[in-house]
Amino acid sequence: MKFINYLESITGIGIYPLISLIIFFSFFTIVGIFVYKADKNFIKEVSNIPLDDNNA
Amino acid sequence: MELEKFHYDNKIVKQFAYATMLWAIVGMLAGLLAALQLVWPIFNFELPYTTFGRVRPVHTNAIIFAFVGNGIFMGVYYSLQRLLKARMFSDLLSKIHFWGWQLIIVLAAITLVLGYTTGKEYAELEWPIDILITLIWVVFGVNMFGTIIKRRERHLYVAIWFYIATFVTVAMLHIVNSIEIPVSFWKSYSWYAGVQDALIQWWYGHNAVAFFLTTPYLGLMYYFLPKAANRPVYSYRLSIIHFWALIFIYIWAGPHHLLYTAVPDWAQSLGVVFSIMLIAPSWGGMINGLLTLRGAWDTVRDSVVLKFLVVAVTAYGMATFEGPMLSIKSINAISHFTDWTIAHVHVGALGWNGFLTFGILYWLLPRMFNTKLYSVKLANMHFWIGTLGIILYAVPMYWAGIMQSLMWKEFTPEGQLKWQFMDSVTKMIPFYAARALGGLLYLVGALLMVYNLIKTVKAGNFTANEEASAPALTKDYATHGSEHWHRWIERKPIQLMVLSLVVVAIGGIIEFVPTFLVKSNIPTISSVKPYTPLELQGRDIYVREGCYTCHSQMVRPFRSETSRYGEYSKAGEFIYDHPFQWGSKRTGPDLARLSNKYPDSWHYNHMLDPTSMSPGSIMPAYPWLLEDQVDVRSTVGKIKAMKRLGVPYPEGYENQAAADMQKQAEEIAASLKKDGIETLADREIVALIAYLQRLGKDIKAAPKEEVAKLTN
Repeated sequence: MKFINYLESITGIGIYPLISLIIFFSFFTIVGIFVYKADKNFIKEVSNIPLDDNNA
Repeated sequence: MELEKFHYDNKIVKQFAYATMLWAIVGMLAGLLAALQLVWPIFNFELPYTTFGRVRPVHTNAIIFAFVGNGIFMGVYYSLQRLLKARMFSDLLSKIHFWGWQLIIVLAAITLVLGYTTGKEYAELEWPIDILITLIWVVFGVNMFGTIIKRRERHLYVAIWFYIATFVTVAMLHIVNSIEIPVSFWKSYSWYAGVQDALIQWWYGHNAVAFFLTTPYLGLMYYFLPKAANRPVYSYRLSIIHFWALIFIYIWAGPHHLLYTAVPDWAQSLGVVFSIMLIAPSWGGMINGLLTLRGAWDTVRDSVVLKFLVVAVTAYGMATFEGPMLSIKSINAISHFTDWTIAHVHVGALGWNGFLTFGILYWLLPRMFNTKLYSVKLANMHFWIGTLGIILYAVPMYWAGIMQSLMWKEFTPEGQLKWQFMDSVTKMIPFYAARALGGLLYLVGALLMVYNLIKTVKAGNFTANEEASAPALTKDYATHGSEHWHRWIERKPIQLMVLSLVVVAIGGIIEFVPTFLVKSNIPTISSVKPYTPLELQGRDIYVREGCYTCHSQMVRPFRSETSRYGEYSKAGEFIYDHPFQWGSKRTGPDLARLSNKYPDSWHYNHMLDPTSMSPGSIMPAYPWLLEDQVDVRSTVGKIKAMKRLGVPYPEGYENQAAADMQKQAEEIAASLKKDGIETLADREIVALIAYLQRLGKDIKAAPKEEVAKLTN
């Protein structure tokens, strides 16, 4: 059974692919932008957490 | 700033480490036994408790939940405390978690051997154990979040995100897939039927791989690899993308286990698309792990721990490249139901989970015992024997899988199938033998490790409570540059958990809701009727004996399969199947069209001694089915439960069921008598024959035009 059968019976279905695209695109864009713009010192600090052994 | 003094709890880590080693050996022994059974059926010992159908779930459950499960907790309890600069929230909860989990494992082993099973792969445990798992999992969650809340480190390192995602997603998967109606204390029926059950089960099955075997171990990789290499991870930025992309995409990929089955086409396509996308985050993670060692590869030569970790991450890369490839429909058409799948999962289990665990154990125990590893030489030997074991395991299985598929699909120039199914079985024996040898080598390596680590522990001096100090968190927080939304999330564990849950829930919801709500997704077939009471009892015996571990009940729409088995399977055939029994492996032939293929007496003799009817068969014998009586008293409860699940038995049918059952059983006993077999009608074999003779009967009886209508 093709999904299109059920899709066609939903009103305003045309907007769905657009919404999906926007969700995906913005999700990964936001993560991407954050990662790109993240502060260098902050990244360095966090990535060194496992190596911070003041106890050992 | 004033330093606070506190102690890390090493005792709980040690306990989980010991449990990891113990269950590793047990799980691998069960695997070795199963492997031997496929070469020499005599290893089934003609006992109900030791047949392949029960040993295989013991093996898979022991490896996944006992070995890897304890491995996860060992790594999490060690790294979480140090990443957060805090002792675990509650020693009591840690203790309950540890002993509760071991209790679950022991109960699982006992019940599976006794044949108490739900018949759903990797979720075989019956409902009382399911509830216990839920409770213990919550204990783990409370303990983890409690620790996060009282932490002394403001930022949550990426490993902890993986732990949080693991906790929340496994909880969701386990609860949704385990919804079942209890019939008795050790018997239940899945709430879902047929196609829906299959979708839920493989959403669970696939994501058990994702969120039990992968995300927690990625968390461990992000902690222990930098630790062992003594340098930060290659790119922390990449790890952020890795995390979100992985959990966002993984959850959708489940239907790739059901390609070309009776699952709706659109769900299959969705599974394929997301599976292929998964290469990106998976390889992002692998590259991040391997590049952590850039410029320091020489250290790998001297560090046995790093050797194990590097091979583990490489195996992860291979398995996660292969996975998406196997999800492509045309490749899946070849690989599905064959030993190729077995090879694929073992590259993951032996390479990724196994080697990562071994690496961590070798790193962790000497450290906690303030000593050096007893023998580096022995550990290196373990590394090479283990690696050789993986190769000896995987290569024959790849070969076997491809050969099986080619044999199943080959036609003569006259248009006949070239091979009997049995030919594809007997040709596999040498490959199965090589696989058993590979498994044996891997086990020997693990035993060397256990010996080595026992010696290490004996020579060392354990620090149960490791002293540490760190300043308490202050309320005011000075940001580097501008405050960013993601930092808002990562400092707040609850937000992180909720957002993770939202991200992983979307995929599942979109896949299930249409199948549940849109009735026309599963077109019904007028001739498909509920099972008779005797068939239902027979089906429960089929589930109990784990027949689904070797036999599928799903004819795919290929010429090679319709020629061999008959009409391909339709969604409407399975609407009364609680649980579905499509299977995932054809060590034996598909059974979906078995009805009337053989007389009742054939089945009787075949269950007593398979080789008498199918020379060369490696199926175990089931002599106890000829002796044991069907539990007639359970029939009323079973019919009632089925009615509650919506199976349309007539009103009050449960009271009539016993009589109907008796009647049908006597008919089968009479048919057996005609062929010279004397048996009482109340034996289990009679019920099983009733069920086997039902398989595909309805579709064979369906009007031709109705079947034709279902064809597109």
